[in-house]
Amino acid sequence: MSSVNIKWSRWFPLVPALALLTGILLVPLGKTLVDSVSTPAWTLKNYSNLFTDGVTMTVLGRTALTAATVTAIALLLGYPYAYLMTRVGPRARGILLVIVLIPFWTSVMARNFAWVIILQDGGPVQSLFELLGADHVVLYGTTAGVTIAMTQVMLPFMVLPLFSTLGSIDRRLLLAARGLGSSPTAAFWKVFWPLSRGGVMAGVVLVFTLSLGFYVTPALLGSPQESLVAQLLAQRTTLLLDFPAAGALGIVVLIVTLVLVAWANRVGGTVSAIGVVATSRPKDRP
Amino acid sequence: MTRETTVKATEPSSGTGLGTEIRLAGVTKDYGLASPAVDDISLTIEPGEFMTLLGPSGSGKTTTLNLVAGFETLTAGTISLNGADVGNVPPHRRNLGMLFQNYALFPHMSVAQNVAYPLRERKAGKEEIARKVADVLELVQLTGRDGDYPSQLSGGQQQRVALARAIVFEPKALLLDEPLGALDRNLRSALQVEIRRIHREVGSTFVFVTHDQEEAMNLSDRIALFNNGHIEQIGTPQQLYTEPETLFTARFLGDSNVFELGQAALDEKVAQDGESWIVEPGTVAAHPGVRASSAIVVRPEDVEVAGSRDAVPSGANAVRATVRDVEYMGSYRTLLLAMGAGGLPGRARTSALRGEYAIGDTVVIWWWPRAQRIVAA
Repeated sequence: MSSVNIKWSRWFPLVPALALLTGILLVPLGKTLVDSVSTPAWTLKNYSNLFTDGVTMTVLGRTALTAATVTAIALLLGYPYAYLMTRVGPRARGILLVIVLIPFWTSVMARNFAWVIILQDGGPVQSLFELLGADHVVLYGTTAGVTIAMTQVMLPFMVLPLFSTLGSIDRRLLLAARGLGSSPTAAFWKVFWPLSRGGVMAGVVLVFTLSLGFYVTPALLGSPQESLVAQLLAQRTTLLLDFPAAGALGIVVLIVTLVLVAWANRVGGTVSAIGVVATSRPKDRP
Repeated sequence: MTRETTVKATEPSSGTGLGTEIRLAGVTKDYGLASPAVDDISLTIEPGEFMTLLGPSGSGKTTTLNLVAGFETLTAGTISLNGADVGNVPPHRRNLGMLFQNYALFPHMSVAQNVAYPLRERKAGKEEIARKVADVLELVQLTGRDGDYPSQLSGGQQQRVALARAIVFEPKALLLDEPLGALDRNLRSALQVEIRRIHREVGSTFVFVTHDQEEAMNLSDRIALFNNGHIEQIGTPQQLYTEPETLFTARFLGDSNVFELGQAALDEKVAQDGESWIVEPGTVAAHPGVRASSAIVVRPEDVEVAGSRDAVPSGANAVRATVRDVEYMGSYRTLLLAMGAGGLPGRARTSALRGEYAIGDTVVIWWWPRAQRIVAA
């Protein structure tokens, strides 16, 4: 029996979820899209303004740069961490996992206010730098401070998909590579790294796209002069009440995200919406 | 069955890296557990030899192989390849081919890329790689599958790719860690033939680890039988089967009828369970432990079954037995017996021509003294 004649009854359980998605996602999204090209008149002015207003492009660029930095640092910290998780015993793994998950269980607001305390003038970070001889290092209210806090918040989204992928890689492949003449370093880069790419892509896409739309951390820790795109959106909807312009900006961010996910899907294997990698194998086979 | 133990010596082989002697002296691996995983093993594997490390799981055979490969570090002792100590040489510089039970093919590489891997690591030229990959794929009969990925191949095909990958760089020796363990019975015997053929054609030293005694008997020039981290006995398959030194060896290879003697004077006769048995000096194992505690071992195929004592020829050793069950095996049948006063479990082979026996029959089994073996127990 082919999969073409799947019965209606099989689809039935999907109906509630589809109805919900249509109601709370597709309809508002469609309305935003229509409004952005039809208000105040049928024109693409809302979009062209984004490129000419002198602010949006700067903020988008800054946001992309911040998100890329956060992603890179999260990968550099998360990969060895996830690797360690696959190498230690079950007890130590449990502890490492809890350390990753505690931020997950803690309220976003609590974490961000904690960072305010840590980074503020006269806070522990500044005192530490003074001890090391670097006077008056300011992180609170800067993009650097925002990046540090965002990286901490994002780390679980990098570590969890990486852990699931790295843990599924057969360690004996590394032994095989060693036996075939690879140094430990060569065995890692030629065998382990390519096989972990699915998890890397999942983590990278997840962290980058989430970072693009991050609001709370930059709003609390950043400065209005160095705002990110989510703050710009909030400003346009809550202060300026310019919904069509905000809609246009939102659509642009959405398109960037979708393009990124599509690209990651091509390069790094199947990345599902929650970022768990279905497979780390090459795509070009039946 | 004639064994082709001399082929390697008489047939000139092509290629380099042939005939590596692997010498283990006092090799010990201690993980800090109750007893060392490998305990003071000495073993010399001759150039071009097919040596099997046989033993139950946990006997130290795989650890020994990993020590040779360099995947484990020695606690004590030395391992040398052609006289050169490799104790401190990392695995990637030992130039040994390795075959794993789970094939260990790189899933992100095609068949050709997998096979080319060791050549690339040795910075071989493009043309050389293409030529050698094609040659070795022909040797393992996988020509035309270059572009396939491991997941598209059957288990047997995957293991043949792994074999090709392990020999393509002409390693000093090939180490095989239960390579047929994951395959079904028919495929196993097909690949056994294949491995023997490739050993003949390549002519290099093979070290094969298995817990399957039939596989070991079928493939090996010599077998080293492992037990509890030490080597119980080394010899040709025939030596191990017909001249076991210890009860462990006798029991591990084939079926045996065993009569434990304890400490006994092994001169002309031994008495056991009210029976008196003739001992021929040539059948007593040279193992020093035989004087402390010994056992008589007789193979089921060497045992005859008689209806009564009168039918036993003089000069034979005999014992009374009860038939517990009859296994019909086609060309022969096996009687499962309870032997002697103690009701020891035993087996005898018989055929319909020699008389029918039913469950519950009381019989006498007998054998010639030269067919028995007295081993250390």
